[in-house]
Amino acid sequence: MLTLTNITKRFFPGTVNERVALDELTLTLHEGDFVTVIGSNGAGKSTMLNVVAGRYLPEGGRVVIDGSDVTRMPEHRRARWVARVFQDPMAGTSPHLTIEENLAIAFERGKRRGLGMAVTKPKRAIFREALTTLELGLEDRLEMRVGMLSGGQRQALSLLMATYAQPSILLLDEHTAALDPSRAELITRLTGEAVARHRLTTLMVTHNMHQAIELGNRLIMMHEGRIVLEVDEAEKKTITAERLLEEFSKIKGASLADRTLLD
Amino acid sequence: MIIALEIGLLYAVMALGVYLTYRVLDFPDLTVDGSFTTGAATSAILLVNGVAIPFAMIAGVVAGMIAGAVTGLLHVWGKINPLLAGILTQIALYSINLRIMGNKANVPLLRQETLFSELRADRLLGTWFSVAVFAVVVLVIGALVYWFLGTSYGVAMRATGDNELMAQSQGINTGTTKIVGLMLSNGLVALCGTLVAQYQGFSDISMGIGLIVAGLASVIVGQAIFGMTAVWQAVTAAALGSVIYRGVIQIALNNGFNPNDMKLISAVLVVLALVLPAWGPLRRLRVQRRRAKAIPEGAAA
Repeated sequence: MLTLTNITKRFFPGTVNERVALDELTLTLHEGDFVTVIGSNGAGKSTMLNVVAGRYLPEGGRVVIDGSDVTRMPEHRRARWVARVFQDPMAGTSPHLTIEENLAIAFERGKRRGLGMAVTKPKRAIFREALTTLELGLEDRLEMRVGMLSGGQRQALSLLMATYAQPSILLLDEHTAALDPSRAELITRLTGEAVARHRLTTLMVTHNMHQAIELGNRLIMMHEGRIVLEVDEAEKKTITAERLLEEFSKIKGASLADRTLLD
Repeated sequence: MIIALEIGLLYAVMALGVYLTYRVLDFPDLTVDGSFTTGAATSAILLVNGVAIPFAMIAGVVAGMIAGAVTGLLHVWGKINPLLAGILTQIALYSINLRIMGNKANVPLLRQETLFSELRADRLLGTWFSVAVFAVVVLVIGALVYWFLGTSYGVAMRATGDNELMAQSQGINTGTTKIVGLMLSNGLVALCGTLVAQYQGFSDISMGIGLIVAGLASVIVGQAIFGMTAVWQAVTAAALGSVIYRGVIQIALNNGFNPNDMKLISAVLVVLALVLPAWGPLRRLRVQRRRAKAIPEGAAA
């Protein structure tokens, strides 16, 4: 469903600030896979999602989605396959548009946008039904501007907007990190439900070990632009946070040793 | 004062265009000063050469749309800052407008048949009848703008101006929506140019100078007074803002200012409309109103 092959992404290439964000990264997601991604800051987790989404174009490697090579394809055209939810709850919705207008935009992701009305009666009924699954009462506030909603409500709406046109790939970039614990829990639960409902192929970055273990069927750990640990389906069922932390410190230790060796 | 109403309604067409760029796309487009004259010049020269009124006007509108497309391409392909892209097109248009008018600074339409000939012959210009006619025209154009902003493409354009990254991630080609928006906006501005040229009986190379400020004044003053929460409200406010702006100018003229002071008054008006709503007491009032409407966190779920 998604194949990243030898992806290299550098920031500020050719300058003293050059930084390799992704280093020959290779990853394959099969249909229905839900892969959680952990790793320290600057490991390249978000960069990887941005390369899949098309916001960043890699210097080397190939991105293949659903059999199509999309490596050089701009983000807005990739949107017919890829949907995402950002860390910032304000990023995934349009504040001056109403709830139903935001949903209308998501409803037509990957379709041609013409001169038909964005919101019609039948569509409104669909939107209302979809909003009910969030259990936030938003279905009664279709004509309210999204800017009036709280961060948690907006993130729930972003999640709905991302999952609802049934993308081939769902990207979640620490999408619960900016929320308070109870809201984060709600969004985590809604994420699990939405992914299960549509059997979505998902790549989720998280800082929360427990979330990484609780959700998904596979887990990867990244460090310095590479995947340093892959946990498969069978192993993931039994893995604990302690075990992951142990692996984490091992890798950190290794890279520290490498660096001292180089010096 | 009836004259001010007429002029205000004529320029409301331009205000609707400025609304599309300044508010909807969040793109302060300075092409307006040039494209207004382009519309006027194109239609005037065609009228003088015996082209039928509707065709002359359509040509003027198309010329304005091309000007808007140029600004859009400069910004989207050339990655030039919006303000600079608009200024560049505007300056280039000065030369082009002179060429359109046959290298003359002025094309008189005095003995030409124009859209307003019959109203003028029947001595209806400057009466409530012509005000009503103009109001209906503005109403129709405003309704079209409102309709467009509710279509799938219109909503995509609004999202582009509101949250561009979100728009892209939802599959909207924001480069294209910006170019199309600039074309529609400058088409309306040029349409206004063709109307004003016919109304005043000439096209002049300097008729567009400073117009963007008048357009911004209309949009900003109108929306400060009438609000802009809903789209219909914002569209109405832009059009009515133009009438209010011309009214204020008329009042200033009646009270000892002379036409040379108009640009200064326009600028001061825009500054006031921008600064006053952010001024403490007024802002607090609005914040309170907004709070009252917001949903309390955890009301449901």
